[in-house]
Amino acid sequence: MTLTHSKLSPVCGAIVIGASSGIGEALARRLAREGYTVALVARRADRLISICDEINSQLGTKRAFPYPHDATNFDDVPVIFQAILRDLERVEIVVYSSGVMPVMAINEYNFEKDRAMIEVNVLGAIVWLNHAAILFDRMGGGHIVGISSISGVRGRVVSPVYSMTKAALTTYLESLRNRLTRKGVHVLTVKPGFVDTDMFRATGRPSGMAISPEQAAGDIWQAICYRKQIIFTPARWRWIMLIIQYIPSFIFRRLSI
Amino acid sequence: MLTIDRLTFLQNFGRSLKSPAYLFRPTHTEHIAEIFSIAMEEGFKVGLRGSGRSYGDAALNAGGIILDLRRMNRVIEWGPESGVLKVEPGVTIQQIWQYTLEDGWWLPVVPGTMFPTIGGCLAMNIHGKNNYVAGPLGEHVLEFEALLSTDELVTCSPYKNADLFYAMIGGVGALGVFTSITLQMKKIHSGNVWVNAWATPTLGVMMDDFEPIKGESDYLVGWVDGTHSHGRGQIHRATYLHEGDDHEPAQTLSVEYQTLPDTFFGLLPKSLMWRLMYPFMNNVGTTLVNTAKYAASRTLEHRKRYIQSLVGFNFLLDYIPNWEKSYGSSGLIQYQSFIPRERAHAVFSEMMRMCQKRGMPTYLGVLKRHRPDKFLLSHAVDGYSLAMDFAVKNDLRKLQKLADDMNEIVLDAGGRFYFAKDITLRPETVRRFLGDEVMDCFRKLKTRCDPYSLLETELYRRLFSAN
Repeated sequence: MTLTHSKLSPVCGAIVIGASSGIGEALARRLAREGYTVALVARRADRLISICDEINSQLGTKRAFPYPHDATNFDDVPVIFQAILRDLERVEIVVYSSGVMPVMAINEYNFEKDRAMIEVNVLGAIVWLNHAAILFDRMGGGHIVGISSISGVRGRVVSPVYSMTKAALTTYLESLRNRLTRKGVHVLTVKPGFVDTDMFRATGRPSGMAISPEQAAGDIWQAICYRKQIIFTPARWRWIMLIIQYIPSFIFRRLSI
Repeated sequence: MLTIDRLTFLQNFGRSLKSPAYLFRPTHTEHIAEIFSIAMEEGFKVGLRGSGRSYGDAALNAGGIILDLRRMNRVIEWGPESGVLKVEPGVTIQQIWQYTLEDGWWLPVVPGTMFPTIGGCLAMNIHGKNNYVAGPLGEHVLEFEALLSTDELVTCSPYKNADLFYAMIGGVGALGVFTSITLQMKKIHSGNVWVNAWATPTLGVMMDDFEPIKGESDYLVGWVDGTHSHGRGQIHRATYLHEGDDHEPAQTLSVEYQTLPDTFFGLLPKSLMWRLMYPFMNNVGTTLVNTAKYAASRTLEHRKRYIQSLVGFNFLLDYIPNWEKSYGSSGLIQYQSFIPRERAHAVFSEMMRMCQKRGMPTYLGVLKRHRPDKFLLSHAVDGYSLAMDFAVKNDLRKLQKLADDMNEIVLDAGGRFYFAKDITLRPETVRRFLGDEVMDCFRKLKTRCDPYSLLETELYRRLFSAN
């Protein structure tokens, strides 16, 4: 044990849901490097275990713990949440980073895909972050981080339900913030632009347009430290979205963004 | 199943930690057994808690179950002739003295506050200002019953299951839950004590003053000014009244008589005091307050002899309700070490110098005299202890470093530590002061009484389970 981790400044825990790839994975690695013990939650157990092993061997201490879980098995969440709290003892950050965006044609209406998005992007977030809210409300502190998207700002032609889920998540997080700020809890809404993740690559855009997940994780870590409320990553998307947000509908409905 | 609704954040008395735990408040032994089986099934650890008056992490169990035993607070038997009292573990010191006083019995050992539970006091084997003559509270226990995590109910006394008796008292709640405790109370003939107070210009003088008078003093305690280079201070000495000395014992042995003042300087309500202290809880403020206090002890109170109620003399910490809050939101730690007599002066002087040099003087120092006892995890030595309060301000690393360095000095001097206060020790420090033999013995008893290690607190995990 180093001097920094005595009982006077006990090691704090963080939970990252959706930690097997993309921004979630990068953020889990970053939090572990910043001294947190991190519970990594995701569906793919093998991937999760290998990430944890990698983190632990890099840091030379056991910081990362895998908790395989499918974000749509809502009923399991209370038990997993308890197990994490038991193992980590103190939890200060909960990040919900799970999200799906199936590739859809512009004229495709597919209820199965829509349902999956609502379940993972919205219902999963609600069940996990409700738990986080209860915990932090009683604690009088803590950070809730939701990975939303720039997509939620407007209803887009490419994926009506994806836009809807991210708008829903953004509004849900805003409500949590309004409920919990008075209790000392910090709620951060992250709106990633183009970040070079599996989800981004599936859209077929060239990766030169995107920042790396590590850069996004760095932005998010800073936003946690400075208790920012809403961030865009990369930051320039704030201005792009400001323009997009105010494009009049008679123009917007003729565009295919 | 344990639901998140049960989750409660608990704090240590020093208010430096917040621990989420599933809180249960059993009323009977059977309830405890039920909670044990829930914990076993669901894979949670169980930590025991009384009034939560331990400064460190002794009554916390983050992420697990906490058994708050304060609802098990019944007096089971009382013998007004024999002074033998049998109680449940959640009974507080306050409840006990209020129950037995009018029959002329007082607790043989009390801490500086009346709010802890008797179960908590025994788990820590607390001492009072009379440790050098009366020993720790455990020496006045005739017998206790305890429930083990194996559902076995054991009866222990110095003559029966003696190994468990000497290990569970002071055993930090890691071996079993006390379910009933039988105490031998002390006969008194008045609700008052004679008190002498005098100022001492240095720590050395204070210790020199202690030695010759300890044979004829029932209580001895020294206040040490931690901001002063030589550790000036003030001694309070008290003696019980003999039979016949008090002409109206029925008067002084009443609960109504044993009160603490409601106001300070006849003016300030005591409920306000901690808020008024807050602005002084820094190096400059404390130096001012300590200087004023020493000046008063030098003049107004110097070499005074007066009568004081037992409650007024013993429960100094209760004069200011919520005094621990005056340290602000980050709280305080208390560092108490026990040093053999020959080395005590040198060690404590060095510690105080070290604290002052690093800009972290202790805001309250209390010197007490001790004698060894037979308990397994005993903290006592034939010597002195100095309890030092420190504010947990921003630089936690500096404070931990200070504690680590002081721990080294204590170990080198053959000193010991006290789990009711501790938050800075490390497993290797504990092994060094207790010795391998004691550690092995404790570990064997743990395996015997609690084979699945169901009973764990944060303190236990920090110090005992890691090695």
